[in-house]
Amino acid sequence: MKLTLRIWRQSGPTGALVTYPLDDLSPDMSFLEMLDVLNESLVLRGEEPVAFDHDCREGICGMCGLMINGVAHGPEKATTACQLHLRHFRDGDTVTVEPWRAKPFPVLRDLVVDRSALDRIVESGGYISAPTGSAPDAHATPVPKQAADTAFTSAACIGCGACVAACPNGSAMLFTAAKATHLGSLPQGQPERWTRAQDMVQAHDDLGFGGCTNAGECIPACPKGIPLTTIAQLNRDLLRSHLR
Amino acid sequence: MQTLRLYRSTVGKKAVMAVTGVGLLLFVVGHMVGNLAIFSGPAAIDGYAAWLREIGVVWPLRFGLLLCVGLHMVVAIQLARRARKARPVGYEHGRRPQSYAARTMRWGGVVIALFVVYHLLDLTAGVANPHGVQGEVYNNLVADFRLWYVVLAYTVAVLALGLHIRHGAWSALQSLGVTAPRGIALVVATAICAGYLSVPAAVVLGVVS
Repeated sequence: MKLTLRIWRQSGPTGALVTYPLDDLSPDMSFLEMLDVLNESLVLRGEEPVAFDHDCREGICGMCGLMINGVAHGPEKATTACQLHLRHFRDGDTVTVEPWRAKPFPVLRDLVVDRSALDRIVESGGYISAPTGSAPDAHATPVPKQAADTAFTSAACIGCGACVAACPNGSAMLFTAAKATHLGSLPQGQPERWTRAQDMVQAHDDLGFGGCTNAGECIPACPKGIPLTTIAQLNRDLLRSHLR
Repeated sequence: MQTLRLYRSTVGKKAVMAVTGVGLLLFVVGHMVGNLAIFSGPAAIDGYAAWLREIGVVWPLRFGLLLCVGLHMVVAIQLARRARKARPVGYEHGRRPQSYAARTMRWGGVVIALFVVYHLLDLTAGVANPHGVQGEVYNNLVADFRLWYVVLAYTVAVLALGLHIRHGAWSALQSLGVTAPRGIALVVATAICAGYLSVPAAVVLGVVS
């Protein structure tokens, strides 16, 4: 199949979309394999290949992240860009590929952005203080099933940044809430639950992310299906932490 | 210190937005119920307005509303400016947010604010009203809604209010940490629109004259 790609190319402070027509693509290729094919041809022509982030290519690491036709990770629901296949496009389509756009995510090159800001949020409170050593017995701390389920759903976040990219406010609240809810739902996370909510929201705000206005755009963008209820829980935890 | 830290956070600002919004929503519901007194005739609605003044709720209510509107707008502007700064370079292939109600919150709010100014000049001060006699609520309303452009402006404003509540009522709960089904906000918004629009509809259709 044929596709015309419009890809954001940037090596300095500004960039532009560059058009690349591609022929002989297989519908069974992944989106990233298509970029590999493009890069091979660019290298053969002596041009600079398109820089893009990728690692596991099986949808579990959170490295890949592309804005495909204005949709984070492309048109398939609950799918990372690496797991998106060309069969979901029509032969002859024009596809625009851009990097995540947010002030705290500066573009490093082409489609690669620096997502260290998400690490700064985790450093501010996305952990528990626990004595280390040999692994505790699995049943040493009983966890109610419902709490375990909530924690697990939130822990599925791979930190790809799609929620920020899709948010009309450039907010990282879904990411922050997923981390806070993951730990805040478990017994091990209780001692630091209130300071965690305050410190993570503070870090989120200080990094220059926008505020959440409950537009809900992050939900279809999230490849791991993190629910909006996590944001409600973080809001509740933060308000409770101040009112206690 | 704690309160200041909360107010400075984006979550705290959303809580201010939610609490003031709920206050304004309660007023809007009360106002709508009061409006329905028009269906019981001139004596009922004029008497209701006089009674509100008698029991002395008018001025405390005005101060409360002014406070709510002021805070609601200040926080909205702060959050909107923050959002703009958070994405200095936009997408070439952009996509508008899918929820129409959510993406019209900011400009819809401006439309409602402008209407409120006109509405106060019209039915509170009376200067923009074709009848404009203090205390004759019934006659003022009927004189208003005999003019097609007043009906049009009123309808647009009520629909803008409905859309605002459609996203806002649900969003306020979410901001305060309560996850509610979105349908609740739709029911509230529809009921408020129906209640408010029943008055101009009654005048236009000649039920009230």
